[in-house]
Amino acid sequence: MVQDMVRKFATNELEPKAQEADVSQQCPEENIKKMAELGLLGMTIPTDYEGTQMDSTSVCIVIEEISKACASTASILIAHTALASYPICKYGDKEQRARYLPGMARGDVLGAFALNETEAGSDIQSIQSVAILQGEDYILQGKKSFIMNGENADLYIVFARENSDLSCFIVERSAGVLVEKIRYLMGMRASGVSEITMSNCRVPRTNRIQSEGREIARDTLDFAKLLIGAQAVGIAQISLDNALRYSKERHQFGRPICRFQLVQEMLAEMATKISAARGLVYHAASQRNSSHDFSVEAAMAKWFASETASFAAKTAVQIYGGYGYTMDFPVQRYMRDAKVTEIYGETSEIQKIAITERLLQ
Amino acid sequence: MLLDSNYVKFRDKVRDFALQVIAPQASEIDETGEFRRQTIKEMGEFGLLGIPFPKKHGGAGLDNLSYAIAVEEVSRVCGSTGVTMAAHTSLGCQPIYAHGTEIQRKRYLPSLLRGEKLGSFGLTEPNAGSDAAATETTARSIGDGWVINGTKRFITSGGIADTLVITASQDRSKGVHGISAFIIEKGTIGFTAAKEEQKLGLRGSVTSELLFEDCRIPEQNLLGKQYEGFKIFMETLDGGRISIAAMALGIAQGALDSSLIYAQNRMQFGKPIRKFQLVQRLIADMHTEIAAARHLTYHAAILKDRGENVTKEAAMAKLYASEMCMRAASHAVQIHGSRGLTREYPVERFFRDAKLTEIGEGTSQIMRIVIAREVLGR
Repeated sequence: MVQDMVRKFATNELEPKAQEADVSQQCPEENIKKMAELGLLGMTIPTDYEGTQMDSTSVCIVIEEISKACASTASILIAHTALASYPICKYGDKEQRARYLPGMARGDVLGAFALNETEAGSDIQSIQSVAILQGEDYILQGKKSFIMNGENADLYIVFARENSDLSCFIVERSAGVLVEKIRYLMGMRASGVSEITMSNCRVPRTNRIQSEGREIARDTLDFAKLLIGAQAVGIAQISLDNALRYSKERHQFGRPICRFQLVQEMLAEMATKISAARGLVYHAASQRNSSHDFSVEAAMAKWFASETASFAAKTAVQIYGGYGYTMDFPVQRYMRDAKVTEIYGETSEIQKIAITERLLQ
Repeated sequence: MLLDSNYVKFRDKVRDFALQVIAPQASEIDETGEFRRQTIKEMGEFGLLGIPFPKKHGGAGLDNLSYAIAVEEVSRVCGSTGVTMAAHTSLGCQPIYAHGTEIQRKRYLPSLLRGEKLGSFGLTEPNAGSDAAATETTARSIGDGWVINGTKRFITSGGIADTLVITASQDRSKGVHGISAFIIEKGTIGFTAAKEEQKLGLRGSVTSELLFEDCRIPEQNLLGKQYEGFKIFMETLDGGRISIAAMALGIAQGALDSSLIYAQNRMQFGKPIRKFQLVQRLIADMHTEIAAARHLTYHAAILKDRGENVTKEAAMAKLYASEMCMRAASHAVQIHGSRGLTREYPVERFFRDAKLTEIGEGTSQIMRIVIAREVLGR
């Protein structure tokens, strides 16, 4: 039911604007507004806080469907729901939840996750942003880079060093927060990826989330990885849908190209890999639903699905031939967007290491 | 050592030129989609636009191996300039050199080979991609000449070229054996370049749609004999495929160049990322596959220089080099992480450029069919 509703919305509302969003590197405001109206912005937030909390499987379905229409919009949704709303729900205290979650569920307040820094990409130990307690406020200094949805966000989940520990803060966009959109990105161009500079940024003491920062980051990223896996499945599926349709319409040598074995091989490999990727994603989601540890499952799902997305999108461009290389068809965008899923929310290499580290335990 | 010292000297000379003249503008022409005539002029003056042709026609008097080396070095910094150079030389000039009459050679080659004029080749059509036999453009004989009607698509440099070789059918009932080749000069009445494609990559090169509406050309613009168009373009594409392989090689090498520097300088977990085995694996694969592709490409070029048929060798070189190039470019973006998605490094451009090498001048699927046909027989 969720799937039908979201699919209809994505096809009618998001898809027609996706190309322009890609070219202008700007997500249409109505996309976000309409997702709010449908309750999608609150899908990780409990009903007590005006949310529409769904189980992980449903959240994955939503992300997959949105990604088929506009992967950039899906990235914004992942940033808001998994990376920003979720850690407040799970680790925030009562006041923090009451203060921020209803607005986030309604979409009045958009969130983003500010962990990554120039010198701390895969290696979060190297985070250099610092938080110093001064009376009732923390003073935050530092620069965060490649922050998904940074452009549109009203609040940031910021990680900074406090003495030797990593602490996590809810930081409202304010005078001490400078947001600079990254001028050019190859893929996910409309997802508002930005650099965030905090200079003498004053945050009330009460905005520090009490749990250990490293644990919040790990758990939140696990959830995000699962959703990036779902996003990658969506990109892969729409690549296949397009390639399949085109291979039936395009005639060469007197027949539709879907009748040639080399094209059939490509379609068969796409379909099989997508099916396997979807299996991994929804298996990880069901693990999470039943409150099992799902980090390894999420890592496997993210790695395999993102590689599948890149494979499927490249193959779709190949099936379209010269046409696929032009901006007249969306398959080239799927290819650029897919590559991003292999990198953001931690790279494929980091997933592989995480999988093996667990095997070795 | 793969190359003897003359080739190494030539390669180093081209490398310097590419770094000094072409590299500084590569990112900008990708961003603006602007074609710079001035660069073509400078490349011509440097001798890069007529490499495998005799000096008496205005060429550099070198061979196809030198040409492949030069395309590689240019593409290593800028795929767009590489493809413009390859299309000009292999597709625009080569068929005139190989099949033109002495009069045609004298009329067209000197200015083309010196880079004063730019060449192009119009084979592909909206409904004739891999299936060139489906050519719908027609050439009707009228006493002292021909009337051309039809549409060509995805023609590299089509809209900016001064001299174009195109294919058109004189008799559609004869399939590929009804096709002839013609020379079209820019400005001929009835010939217009319509839309320019907006592309994923190679954005600094021009890809055009060409319209022929009752375009009249004189009798002497027939290239080769009537009905020999198929033979001419098949042979032309054999040579062209070596140059696309060289271009793929260059893009892959450029992607590796940037990755080596980045892996050395980028510190994570307290050491340069080149110390991690998963990064080493990407680098080792890129380096090995580039070397293998280079052997295939040079081998095909050397056979062509010996005057042998290179249909299979050119297809193998292009197939392997282009697919290798896509893998290498993807690995390079991966090594650069999020930064690899920005214009701060050239690898995202290489990633977009790479994909065309698997499509242009015959897709990987067509390469496989050509190779199988050469191995198995028809």
